[in-house]
Amino acid sequence: MEKAHMKASTNDETVLEVKNLSTAFATRAGSFRAVDDVSIELKAGKTLCVVGESGSGKSVMSRSILQIVDPPGRVIDGQILLHRHHTARGGATEETIDLAQLKPKSAAIRTIRGRDIAMIFQEPMSSLSPVHRIGDQIGEAIRLHEHVSKREARDRAVELLRKVEIPNPERTIDSYPFEYSGGMRQRAMIAMALACNPSILIADEPTTALDVTIQAEILALIRSLQESSDMAVLFITHDMGVVAEIADEIAVMRYGKVVERGDVYSIFETPQHPYTQRLLSSVRELDRPSERRIAMRASREIGAPCLVAQGVRKEFGSAHGFLGLKYRGFMAVDDVDLELRAGENLGVVGESGSGKTTLGRCLQRVHNVTSGKILYTDRHGATTDLAPLNDGELREPWRDIRTVFQDPFGSLNPRMTVGQIIAEPLVMNRLAKGNELKERIAELLDLVGLPSSAMERYPHAFSGGQRQRISIARAIAPNPRVIIADEATSALDVSIRTQILDLLLDIQERLDLSFILISHDIAVIRYFCDRIAVMYRGRIVETGETETVCKAPEHPYTRSLLSAVPVADPRRRGMTERFRYHEGQEEHLNS
Amino acid sequence: MLLNYILRRILWAIPFFFAVSLIAFALISAPPGDYLTTFAATLAQSGDMVDQARLDALRERYGLDQPFLIKYWRWISGVIQGDFGISFEWQQPVSQLIGERMALSVTLALATLIFTWAVALPIGIYSAVRKYSVGDYVITAVGFIGLATPNFLVALVLMYIAVVHFGADVSGLFSPEYQDAPWSWAKLADLASHIWIPVIILGTSATASLVRIMRANLLDELHKPYVTTARAKGLSEFHLIMKYPVRLALNPFVSTIGWAFPQLISGAVITAFVLSLPTAGPMLLQALLAQDMYLAGAFILLLCCLSIVGMLVSDILLALIDPRIRYR
Repeated sequence: MEKAHMKASTNDETVLEVKNLSTAFATRAGSFRAVDDVSIELKAGKTLCVVGESGSGKSVMSRSILQIVDPPGRVIDGQILLHRHHTARGGATEETIDLAQLKPKSAAIRTIRGRDIAMIFQEPMSSLSPVHRIGDQIGEAIRLHEHVSKREARDRAVELLRKVEIPNPERTIDSYPFEYSGGMRQRAMIAMALACNPSILIADEPTTALDVTIQAEILALIRSLQESSDMAVLFITHDMGVVAEIADEIAVMRYGKVVERGDVYSIFETPQHPYTQRLLSSVRELDRPSERRIAMRASREIGAPCLVAQGVRKEFGSAHGFLGLKYRGFMAVDDVDLELRAGENLGVVGESGSGKTTLGRCLQRVHNVTSGKILYTDRHGATTDLAPLNDGELREPWRDIRTVFQDPFGSLNPRMTVGQIIAEPLVMNRLAKGNELKERIAELLDLVGLPSSAMERYPHAFSGGQRQRISIARAIAPNPRVIIADEATSALDVSIRTQILDLLLDIQERLDLSFILISHDIAVIRYFCDRIAVMYRGRIVETGETETVCKAPEHPYTRSLLSAVPVADPRRRGMTERFRYHEGQEEHLNS
Repeated sequence: MLLNYILRRILWAIPFFFAVSLIAFALISAPPGDYLTTFAATLAQSGDMVDQARLDALRERYGLDQPFLIKYWRWISGVIQGDFGISFEWQQPVSQLIGERMALSVTLALATLIFTWAVALPIGIYSAVRKYSVGDYVITAVGFIGLATPNFLVALVLMYIAVVHFGADVSGLFSPEYQDAPWSWAKLADLASHIWIPVIILGTSATASLVRIMRANLLDELHKPYVTTARAKGLSEFHLIMKYPVRLALNPFVSTIGWAFPQLISGAVITAFVLSLPTAGPMLLQALLAQDMYLAGAFILLLCCLSIVGMLVSDILLALIDPRIRYR
């Protein structure tokens, strides 16, 4: 892995200059400036990272450059100067185009899009058309800008797919996006962006939706492509670890403005703006155990196991199909043993598809389990096996084991008031009604740090972090004992992430709860959890004290997972040796 | 994969056909009494005495005294060989009676469907792409009127206008000279010149609802990330919309064939009466009133078959336009 200073810089010339750019959205309350007087510069062969939290306008800014902001958004002021004579495509004569002057639907800007400046997006599944073949979508980009035959475009598409390391490109070129994995889709997306050898690549959170191990591979791919083609990269991200890994220069955005600009070392080591300082400290805080939790454990012992899984298996989709065809199921959770002790925080970490969410749902017995036992010890000390119970018998345990979901937007009914949402578990279990119910809701809202006036309002009036607080209030409403938080902080900004985790710790202290935190983010688990279980392909490969596992991982998969996590320190770039883990021969024999 | 899917769908249609035919038969034998009771009642009304022994003989001859399942078995095994039985009322084989009417019904329905699609698709796309423009509002207003007006009312109004203002008779599907003439190119041309009025009448509400469906579908798709991706490639706005979001918005549109087709046939009964169209609807109603079991049964069964075929066609089309459906 090369370091930043080793990067070949044949020319250091500015290829794109954004000067005083403003993009506004017309709303009923007047015009709202999502991008406000932003100036940045892109240099050939260099990477500029634009960092900011959600709503900072970084995405709109990047789309403004290509004039593809969705209406009612519109570039209202400023210049976007493309210095074509500085790019490989330009000639010797000076040629500067102001993209801000071009009309969004004009042919002039269309010839720039995809040819001089290409773009990749965050969500590789929804950013590719689900009903067109991969090869068709890449070939289209080539044929739009160059007069080549279908045959030739296809050959070039195969070549591009090979370049981004898609296996068997001759065959997989005819696949549809849904037949690709997340990482492959993002590679295909990159291949599409590179179709016409652009001089500038805009990458809008290209790795956010991917697992860390795949993120590391995609970042390495972008870096190597940049080195071979001297492309300028504008990289939009909210992840300081990723920034530290790839940036040459950084622009920090907040509320539509660039608050700080500088090279990667000066920003990380001597941040000037208080916002940058706060952003960096919240990232660094997350990467070690919460002091609050350590203090709490000293005063209160962790008790006996209260939720124990023994040999739990969950198989999906095994069935006898039409004409006697047998469909072999998919083993989502495979022979898992796990125990949660009273007053403990247990972290379950794994990549997407590792079965961690399914495991969470099995533990709560929302899913039926194929085999195994789930032993739950209630507050009176009686232990029952939840596995064979029916819905009626699960009423009690369901009151005690509750969930907080990942998506703060999808998990609250938009047509119910916050009061109704929180009241639901209380009403369902006939725990309170009338005035008593109202008081209880106010108390719960207070507990999660929201004013009791929130009761009358609808979820859309709240931000992501506030909605997650509402979800937590709903979860703790019937006085539960175990809370399963499934990626509860993943959709939130870093600064809010710690707030929510601290809130959970606070509630734990007051209400004597045990948590299972399911996450793909090791930093979050390290902060919040006492013990950690690492999941890989439905199985738990390693369990132990969080710090022990993080510092001295035993299983090769855990090692590879930890080595892929980007460290928020540009000096340590490329220092951690990356492991790739593929399930070994002997493990194949077992399965 | 695709062939496998189509084959599987076709095979599934067979047990479905039998289930539907059983229900159809149960429905037509559900009313108390049978054709002979109605026949006797009609005779008694006109003063004739009915000989009970003759009725019993007839009942035995037609097998009307048999238990339900045996009657069904006789009927369905005949149907499979193309014999729909004999109409009591007309004393003619059912297949002869309904052949032409059914064909005209299907022609009319197909023409209406094509008209509906041809009009609804471009209007729906326009309405979605230019959301909240004057054009969109006009289309929406007209669409709601179209949805809310019953077909037969439109038929009456159109007939009134045609007769009073243009002095033309718009009822029927043929000019009088071709009414009973054998099929020829001239008769076909005559049909073409008459069919558009019922097509417009029958198609109005379906068009209006399809415009709304298309508009809603497309609005959902227009702001999906893959549209932005395509735009970032440098695709022109028209090509972009036609190739990506419209293609995906067609998906629910295609599935409307399944129900739109049989609905067009059965929903046209009143309009067919008003316009005195020689289609299946009026005869079906008459057969039901007279408890003409085999005639009504054949109609209902054919309507059900059309539903099954409509579903089959829409499923296969869906699999063609959306590769995700081919995989289970």
